[in-house]
Amino acid sequence: MKISTARRRLAPFAVASAAALLLVACGSDDNDDNGDDTSTSSDDSNSDDSGDGAENASDEGEELSGNIEIDGSSTVAPLSEAAAELFMQQHPDVQVSVGTSGTGGGFELFCNGETDGSDASREISEEEIAQCEENGISFEGIQVANDAMAVVVHPDNPVQCLTTDQLNQIWGPDSTLSNWNEIDGLEEDFDESLDLYGPGTDSGTFDYFTEAINGEAGAQRTDYNNIGEDDNSGILGVEGSVGGMFYVGYSYYVENQDRVRALEIDGGEGCTAPSPETVESYVPLTRPLFVYMSDVALERPEVQAFADFYVNQENETIAEQAGFIGMTEEQAAAASEKVDSLIGN
Amino acid sequence: MSVNQDEHRLAGRARIAVAGARAATGDVFGRSSRRERLGNVVFPALLLLALSVALAGLLAIIVWAVVEGGSRANVDLITNGTSRLDAASAGYREAILGSLYVIGGVILLIVPLGVGAAIYLEEYADKTRWWNRLIELNIQNLAGVPSIVFGILGLAFVVRGPLSLGFVAAAGAITVAMLVLPTVIIAAREAIRAVPPSIREGSLALGATQWQTIRRQVLPAAFSGILTGTILAVARAFGEAAPLLLVGATTFVTFDPSLFENRFTTLPVQIFNYSKQPQEEFQVLAAGGALVMITLLVVVNSFAIGLRNKFERRW
Repeated sequence: MKISTARRRLAPFAVASAAALLLVACGSDDNDDNGDDTSTSSDDSNSDDSGDGAENASDEGEELSGNIEIDGSSTVAPLSEAAAELFMQQHPDVQVSVGTSGTGGGFELFCNGETDGSDASREISEEEIAQCEENGISFEGIQVANDAMAVVVHPDNPVQCLTTDQLNQIWGPDSTLSNWNEIDGLEEDFDESLDLYGPGTDSGTFDYFTEAINGEAGAQRTDYNNIGEDDNSGILGVEGSVGGMFYVGYSYYVENQDRVRALEIDGGEGCTAPSPETVESYVPLTRPLFVYMSDVALERPEVQAFADFYVNQENETIAEQAGFIGMTEEQAAAASEKVDSLIGN
Repeated sequence: MSVNQDEHRLAGRARIAVAGARAATGDVFGRSSRRERLGNVVFPALLLLALSVALAGLLAIIVWAVVEGGSRANVDLITNGTSRLDAASAGYREAILGSLYVIGGVILLIVPLGVGAAIYLEEYADKTRWWNRLIELNIQNLAGVPSIVFGILGLAFVVRGPLSLGFVAAAGAITVAMLVLPTVIIAAREAIRAVPPSIREGSLALGATQWQTIRRQVLPAAFSGILTGTILAVARAFGEAAPLLLVGATTFVTFDPSLFENRFTTLPVQIFNYSKQPQEEFQVLAAGGALVMITLLVVVNSFAIGLRNKFERRW
């Protein structure tokens, strides 16, 4: 009697665990099937390619195919997307995807071997290098363009130029400035309350600006309008506020020149406006943008072709299309040399 | 038709009964004060206000999407793929397909799992046992866990770890299914509980087994309620972006998705990405995407609601 009730109670559990086992077994079967399927299907597509791509193959010698996965900085993403789109027009069988997990998030995936390339708006950090080494991922960082950080103000603001020291007065962690006429050494007399807009503390723009202006990444006054990740809302804020000020990537300024004005910045080279011609003198707010490629990925012909395309062949077009500032001749030469040595050109 | 007339008659009767009761209590206790009568008007007004706030939000979104994105409301928006270089003719092809793949996977997972769990908890579980009560409590708690936490779970256990599916649409479907499963379980339980015990008892008394009773009586009777829960869950899954970003939803994908290969993208992810771009054309495109999404939701929901009405039963 006791045994039978126990059995009755346990019966559903026994059935459930049997079902679970069955599911697991089926699951692994499925996986095996999938593995087979994918390999056969990719074989199929390869053979298709070699048939179809005869006319395309003429300029490359062989038709490229495969997947290239890139992730990382949302600032650099437009560049990589433009590069990917142009590249895929020439090589329709290569599938390039570009994600925007942020520079740090991108490196985490990259150093885990989960992506082929990582967009970065800063250089890879010591910790991230250690992470990559731990997982046996070796890599190369290649500069692909420049970004100038524009300090934008309301069009009615009479101020033309700020020195980095004045920017530090405004944005420093201990700053209590609340009016434009409190800024030391400002020629124009502008009696309007300071209305500060800045990006969220997770963004690479925030890190770079605070390091360049306040001397320490992350050090900045906290009583400003934190617009998070949506740079457009910072533009909107400054547009509606005569005393407004916001720092933002160059492409956001270029697209909104009718709504906001960029200040000239004097970082020791005289007052300079951000522009493609002032990469060397718009200091310290011009920053290089990078793509990191893993050595394992660079052994694949499609990745080699993509790197060559991105850095050597179409770099200027890509930067222009994506709204960024191209590399100077020196920078371009250095990047080309690096890519050539990597892909054995 | 006859159901409607019945309802009408019942409502009419109720009104007469209320009026009669009010007159009777008025005779005994004196007429209700002016304040009470005023309250009788103010309360429904407040209720209407609450309703209009909810509807105004929806209306604002639709109006904004039409005004901003109306110029892009054409077939290109659905059939064309994403483009960085040509925003004016870019569309949501990969995102729509990606969303449908993920949602399809979610439905396949949540319906059997959710209904199964609900049947167990309602029909089989002995509620005097502590472990069954613990399971119930945990399901309620799970419904309140932030979606990003499920994203992290999906990254650790589905994309990497035991399942190791990689960053693919199937991983997205499993992650979102886990996220909305509690909603389905709770709704399905309510629906099963709403089936009158007399139906079960009648079936059992006629010699049907418990499984036959559930399959032939309880489930058909609870079907419309279960469907309501599923609609809510699918609508939520459709709009979810944060957990998907962690398990492989990528912003720039120019190829059609597949369940077990390659990265994918979904509508909310793509709209979010476009809306952040500096170029105005992309913001118009984002508004157009909102239109696509609203339309798709309306289509999917109308289908489900039609299905529900077809199977609805009254006791």
